[in-house]
Amino acid sequence: MLAWIGGASMILETDTSDRSGTEALHRYELDGAYDEMFSAVDHPRKQYRPLHNLLLNLGRDELQRSKHEADQSFFNQGITFTVYGNDEGTERIFPNDLLPRIITAAEWEKIERGLTQRITALNLFLKDVYNEAKIIEDGVVPGSIVYTCKHYRREMRNVKVPRDVYITVVGTDLIRNPAGNFVVLEDNLRVPSGVSYMLTSRRVMKQIFPGLFQKCGVRPIEQYSQVLLSTLRSFAPEGRSEPTVVLLTPGPYNSAYFEHTYLARQMGIELVEGRDLVVHDNIVYMRTTFGLQRVDVIYRRIDDDYLDPLVFGNGSTLGAVGLFNAYRAGNVGLANALGTGVADDKAIYAFVPKIIRYYLDQDPILENVETLLMSDRGQRDHVCQNLEEYVVKAVGESGGYGMLIGPHSTEQQRAEFRQKIYAEPRNYIAQPTINLSTAPCFVDGIIEPRHVDLRPYVLYGEKITIVPGGLTRVALRKGSLVVNSSQGGGSKDTWVLQN
Amino acid sequence: MLSRVADSLYWMSRYFERADNASRVLKATYGLILNPAKFSTEERWFHAVSSLAPGVASNKIDPQHALFLLVADPEGSFSIVKCIKGARENARQVREEISSEMWEHLNRLFHDVTGSELNPDDDAGAMRVVSLVREGSYRFSGITAATMNHDEAWHFIQLGKYIERACNLCVMLDAYFDLGKHPDDLDWVGLLSSCAAFEAYCKACTAELRPDRIANFLLLKAEFPYSVRYSVDRMHEALTGISDLSLSRRTENVERLIGRLRSKVTYAQIDEIIGGLHQYLAAITDQCRELHAAVHELYIEYPIEVAFQN
Repeated sequence: MLAWIGGASMILETDTSDRSGTEALHRYELDGAYDEMFSAVDHPRKQYRPLHNLLLNLGRDELQRSKHEADQSFFNQGITFTVYGNDEGTERIFPNDLLPRIITAAEWEKIERGLTQRITALNLFLKDVYNEAKIIEDGVVPGSIVYTCKHYRREMRNVKVPRDVYITVVGTDLIRNPAGNFVVLEDNLRVPSGVSYMLTSRRVMKQIFPGLFQKCGVRPIEQYSQVLLSTLRSFAPEGRSEPTVVLLTPGPYNSAYFEHTYLARQMGIELVEGRDLVVHDNIVYMRTTFGLQRVDVIYRRIDDDYLDPLVFGNGSTLGAVGLFNAYRAGNVGLANALGTGVADDKAIYAFVPKIIRYYLDQDPILENVETLLMSDRGQRDHVCQNLEEYVVKAVGESGGYGMLIGPHSTEQQRAEFRQKIYAEPRNYIAQPTINLSTAPCFVDGIIEPRHVDLRPYVLYGEKITIVPGGLTRVALRKGSLVVNSSQGGGSKDTWVLQN
Repeated sequence: MLSRVADSLYWMSRYFERADNASRVLKATYGLILNPAKFSTEERWFHAVSSLAPGVASNKIDPQHALFLLVADPEGSFSIVKCIKGARENARQVREEISSEMWEHLNRLFHDVTGSELNPDDDAGAMRVVSLVREGSYRFSGITAATMNHDEAWHFIQLGKYIERACNLCVMLDAYFDLGKHPDDLDWVGLLSSCAAFEAYCKACTAELRPDRIANFLLLKAEFPYSVRYSVDRMHEALTGISDLSLSRRTENVERLIGRLRSKVTYAQIDEIIGGLHQYLAAITDQCRELHAAVHELYIEYPIEVAFQN
């Protein structure tokens, strides 16, 4: 009884004065989700022990100071993203959590193998779909789903793609289920973003926790830009020994503009906009102060639809007139190729395990999340009757837009989605709500669990390379499962350990 | 370098110089109006407004609001805050070309001067912005010189800075020398301080404030960074640097224009020009404008047909 009173008064005291790390962790509650740091209350997993020790010894003020220092560093570097549909102050600082997310060597080894397998298969799928379409003929994936995909590009049929590689840069979203296994939530095969946050937050974390880095043995990720550059160079047209690589951006008002400038600078290549490019006789040039200079490879960070108004006929000024013909003529490399969205369509996603078996004759190393197709009548009726249990997603959307989270939805939202699903069944899929794993986050002066996912970045050139790490995205709102930066998400530095 | 990038660097630099110029003028003017003298407060603001915001009906300026107008007016295109925004917006378009240090400094300055909405009556707040920009601009010059390659990008930055400076100096000299009544010593101090030139002038010409010497100093002094002659020399250096790098381009027209402008400030003598100072200053401003257009056509917006002829 006395001890209990003592404990209680301690909490009261710490509310008004310096709260030590022990108390910063005091309110850490575990629910049904897999927790990255604790296997049980007060039992940190082995890989987290150095961090746990540090947190026990750091006062709240010290943590707050470090947090402030980190935020300041992000702010001064102008590490921002842009929010759409928000008129005022469109530039926002990317919220970065102070505490790293730690992944063991064994866990990473499996992720690496699993992603390599998955990306290899998806690339073969793209090649097949745009050429012989054997997988459809063999009845493994229905043509009705492939050809109705919003991102299927007829223009790409029988186009010879350099190295037969369609998906050069991939950011696959993984989550950890309550059993502790990583499963794939989404394949991002078009223009995945976020890698600059991975690279910059590492730089900041090294300033803040130098000792912890040494103690833990963290594998480096700084080589990402070099690997990306050599990957891109490998797509240059034949005979171009010193290829000019450029990064094509939609411009400063794009949400990922910071990343475009960052990567261009890190690689030492030009950051071009559509208006800098000129196509003449199927050759792409950029307009420079020295005159026109030939471009060999374009790392394009704009969507298919905007690349060439001549082909996609929407009057876009973001791309360049004639670019697609230059590409088809083999005079310029594009990363990623056009039409890759057909393979990260959320309905195709349901078939990825079959796709892996079909092309590689292997069992998938990383599992999928169970996915119900709304184009299937039985599944549709079941989901629509139990919407509060499911997450419903529009198949062609990304960034957390066009999504219903059943358990957190209102009756009105559910009714709306029910209507949408019946109106356009092909456009929706449903997945059971998954309790994403939680990781400790320093929020408002205390450490609390928040849900996280993991986006490793895969580069596919002469071979597949995955930099050991990735972007851990955090749903900073308590209890929230949405990690997208446009929806109140933040990030964490992700440490993959040496051993 | 991409033409668009060169253009943004050039404008980033021009906007920054414009803000810097405004901050010098305002600091000097604000110091002056605290002294009672021959000129009224209105007339002093008149100098400032007509040199910073040409085209504005400056005789109708309410002195109470002149400071706000020139520092933070959201409508006008010439306020300091607007210029800093313009500089940052251009820098933001070419972040990969400038050094991280430059961007961080400019970005921080932008947040500092736009952080809080200024009240039109808040003179102290407006002067705080002026001081921030004063210091910020010296630091920006230093950081720029110290952290980036002195290559093509640097030359475009220098070109923008000095073409802007030359024009600003001409407009300012015109405002002070084109007055009905003769300015008194305090106003000459005001002019010199507006050009960050007071100490340097005293060192070179003693503290005796003579209009012809002042005009000579601010126009023709080759060694002083805020003189027209110095600015034109730097423009010439920048243009030579750019054309040396781009061998194949047709630079004759630009070379002719900068040569003509240089001879105008190199071989002039003050007693020859002081009588027709207004015309002389107008001619320099016009030639700068012509030069700007020629540079734009040569490096930024050339027709594609011309490019394939080379």
